Amino acid sequence: MSDTPNRQSEALLSVRSLSVEFGTGQGTFKAVKDVSFDVQPGRTLAVVGESGSGKSVTSLAIMRLTDYTGGRITSGQVLFRPDGGEAIDLVQASDARLREIRGNDIAMIFQEPMTSLNPVFTIGNQISETLILHQGLKGREARLRARDLLQKVRLPDADRLLDRYPHQLSGGMRQRVMIAMALACNPKLLIADEPTTALDVTIQAQILNIIRDLQQEMGTAVIFITHDMGVVAEMADDVVVMWKGEKVEQAPVRDVFASPQHPYTKALLSAVPRLGSLKGQPLPKRTPVMVMDGNVAKPVGDTHEQNTADYTKPVLQVDKLTTRFDVGKTFFGRVTHRVHAVEEVSFDIYPGETLALVGESGSGKSTIGRTLQQLVEPTGGTVRFDGRDMGAMSPADRRRLRQEIQYIFQDPFASLDPRHSVGYSIAEPIIVHGLINDRKARERRVHELLDQVGLLPQHAKRYPHEFSGGQRQRICIARALASNPKLVIADESVSALDVSIQAQIVNLLMELQEKRKLSYLFITHDMAVVEKISHRVAVMYLGQIVELGSRQAIFENPQHSYTRKLLAAVPIADPQRERASVRIEGEIPSPVRPVGQEPAIHRMREVAPGHWVAIEADSLRGAA
Amino acid sequence: MATAQAVSSSRSWFKSLELVLGILFAGGIVLVVLLSPALFPDGGEGMDLMARLIPPFQSWQHILGTDPLGRDVLARVAVGGKISLMVGFLSVIGAVIIGTLVGLVAGYYRGIAEILLMRFVDIQLALPFILVAIMFLAILGAGIDKVILVMIATQWVQYARLVRGSVLSLRDREFILSARAIGVGNGRIIFTHILPNVLGPIIILMTLQVANNILLESSLTFLGLGVDPLIPSWGGMLADGRTYLQTAWWVSVFPGLAIMFTVLGLNLLGDWLRDYLDPTGQTSK
Repeated sequence: MSDTPNRQSEALLSVRSLSVEFGTGQGTFKAVKDVSFDVQPGRTLAVVGESGSGKSVTSLAIMRLTDYTGGRITSGQVLFRPDGGEAIDLVQASDARLREIRGNDIAMIFQEPMTSLNPVFTIGNQISETLILHQGLKGREARLRARDLLQKVRLPDADRLLDRYPHQLSGGMRQRVMIAMALACNPKLLIADEPTTALDVTIQAQILNIIRDLQQEMGTAVIFITHDMGVVAEMADDVVVMWKGEKVEQAPVRDVFASPQHPYTKALLSAVPRLGSLKGQPLPKRTPVMVMDGNVAKPVGDTHEQNTADYTKPVLQVDKLTTRFDVGKTFFGRVTHRVHAVEEVSFDIYPGETLALVGESGSGKSTIGRTLQQLVEPTGGTVRFDGRDMGAMSPADRRRLRQEIQYIFQDPFASLDPRHSVGYSIAEPIIVHGLINDRKARERRVHELLDQVGLLPQHAKRYPHEFSGGQRQRICIARALASNPKLVIADESVSALDVSIQAQIVNLLMELQEKRKLSYLFITHDMAVVEKISHRVAVMYLGQIVELGSRQAIFENPQHSYTRKLLAAVPIADPQRERASVRIEGEIPSPVRPVGQEPAIHRMREVAPGHWVAIEADSLRGAA
Repeated sequence: MATAQAVSSSRSWFKSLELVLGILFAGGIVLVVLLSPALFPDGGEGMDLMARLIPPFQSWQHILGTDPLGRDVLARVAVGGKISLMVGFLSVIGAVIIGTLVGLVAGYYRGIAEILLMRFVDIQLALPFILVAIMFLAILGAGIDKVILVMIATQWVQYARLVRGSVLSLRDREFILSARAIGVGNGRIIFTHILPNVLGPIIILMTLQVANNILLESSLTFLGLGVDPLIPSWGGMLADGRTYLQTAWWVSVFPGLAIMFTVLGLNLLGDWLRDYLDPTGQTSK
């Protein structure tokens, strides 16, 4: 871990014993404790850690942006050598000097490209601004240079893009614009804070490629902040692992993956879901998760095959379900455009089975979940629950269905009312469905539920903001189970969680499935989690299922080109692996269509028993 | 967020100070007003022309001095508080109840109900208050109950607008969707999930409106549209004392101070209550 003096001297950036504090009501909170590392010119350093590890604070502290977020650098140095000569200590530098460096020598890209772009200025204006400010270019020159930059990040039709506004671009395009802006002044160092976390996997793969290419072309050093070990394996030369504000490990990327030293690194790596880890096994499997207990990693849980599905009679039958939304109206209220969110989708779910619905944003996977939970009205098709047609049910029966089908949302914090104790939130489904009317008995039931999801009875009196993200998701699961449902729809329910927490929640869901014979509709974009949890998988693209089959069939023998593309885009947490030579290009098309222009419905063919694939038209093959 | 936490220890100290001062100011004044029939049996009407315009703090009999008719200022402030507080509180409570219900319905159900209700609100907001008040009181006649009615009728729209705006931003929040997904009915969603989350701004507007309405009562009385001018009220005393401001400031300053402390106390209590009701302890909402 110690650097040789020789290497130190040529480092572009040397962080030495950096500590950052935040003042809180209960005293001060040390977000970063005594962290040191070096960034070499032209290389990529990944800073990895889970939420609260201090990785983002570290990146902000390098540019002294912590000054604006209430933090205080209490000790340490940040030595920056822009020309390889005299080092500047950014901790001591004047504000004027820092302003020169920010955006010019050191540039930053943030996670959310929408909020980092100003919505009232055109793309061209925003890129030019940086150029005019730092490089002293004049209007016309700046615009030409801005166009070059957009071409550099491989945005097609750069000329027209210059005059567009941020909201007219997709998330992936906006992130490319952000990269173009960051690279505008040929920075020596690029700090990328979770730049692809908010993007779809295929778009993520494109962005990672661009960053990698540009880095080689321009010789920029990159600090890559991320929680995704797959991204680390694909991008990094060196890795710094952070845990609770401290640097616990630093090594070249291959060494970190091959022989992690610190117990936390080992725990982190063991929790990462790996695509292909269940190769050759027909059933999903629970495996122990390494959990940090003090300073040692301990395995929690056991290995258990999830043989819960009962394929005699489906609990839910969905037949040609269609959901469309009206958007765009003329002055007289005539609808001009519709979002074709879901088009003639059919599938069954059996008792004790997990069906994964995978797809990227705009594929309609969430809309299916919401339609089944009666949060959205379907346009057509039938849904049968336990053999009864939902469309023909009385209002009272439909209300009762909300007891038998439950929904778990992506963001557990947003889905809990901040004004009520979690005990109340968990008891609410019991109250509204009149399941237990005795107050004492209800309280006992809430305690029992808390216990089942691994929380304590005394937690019932607390409020959502007093819990961590993983605990909140456990609360949401307890709430969903309170009414004894048969089917639980989990909509990206583990996507926002740290990997170690994610692995625990996935295990919890599988354990509960076995105990209660639950069926899950597991909606997600994360292929690695799908492989771990699901019995069958349906791949969605633009509102239709393009491939449906057993987990093994989908992962080991994908037939549809989109399924293959999706699998290829997943970053693999293995630096030894050859980087995919196939370039993934193209945006996800929009499901918005003018009225009267109906999408073609794919015909499916059965390539193997239970394995259905959409017959591909050439046009789709081209797009995908 | 971190800066907010930094001040939170001094903040909790400040919060309890808010509560104590609020109770002291508003509670003290309400107590004196409630006890006024026992403390001042003559109802502040006792005239003593020999003791006109005595300055305050000169005699034990008239601690706060006397007015041009020799009436005790302290007694009149205490007695006059009855009308002022009644108008202030009842009008605001009435307006809050109606306005909040309308705002909740319009914001939650949207559709035709919202369009009709909110256009009505817009029209009402566009009408000058004095015009409405004159029309109203010309038809109904003067009197304290009518004054309160006019205020409710003209002011509920402000609450309706405020509440509708908050509901619009809340109704698409995920915890409302998740309540619906569980099977919670509309009524329950509105009253257990939406209402507690819109209380903050309502409380703030309420405390400000109480002061406003105490003063409004005096303007209406001044125009001959309000309460019988012979019955003392803070607003009325303020208006009466105007002409003596140069020579006998105490005639109008003490009722003014009474209004000020009532409002200050209510604001402090309102602020405290809003924070108390928010379990996250964040005031920035």
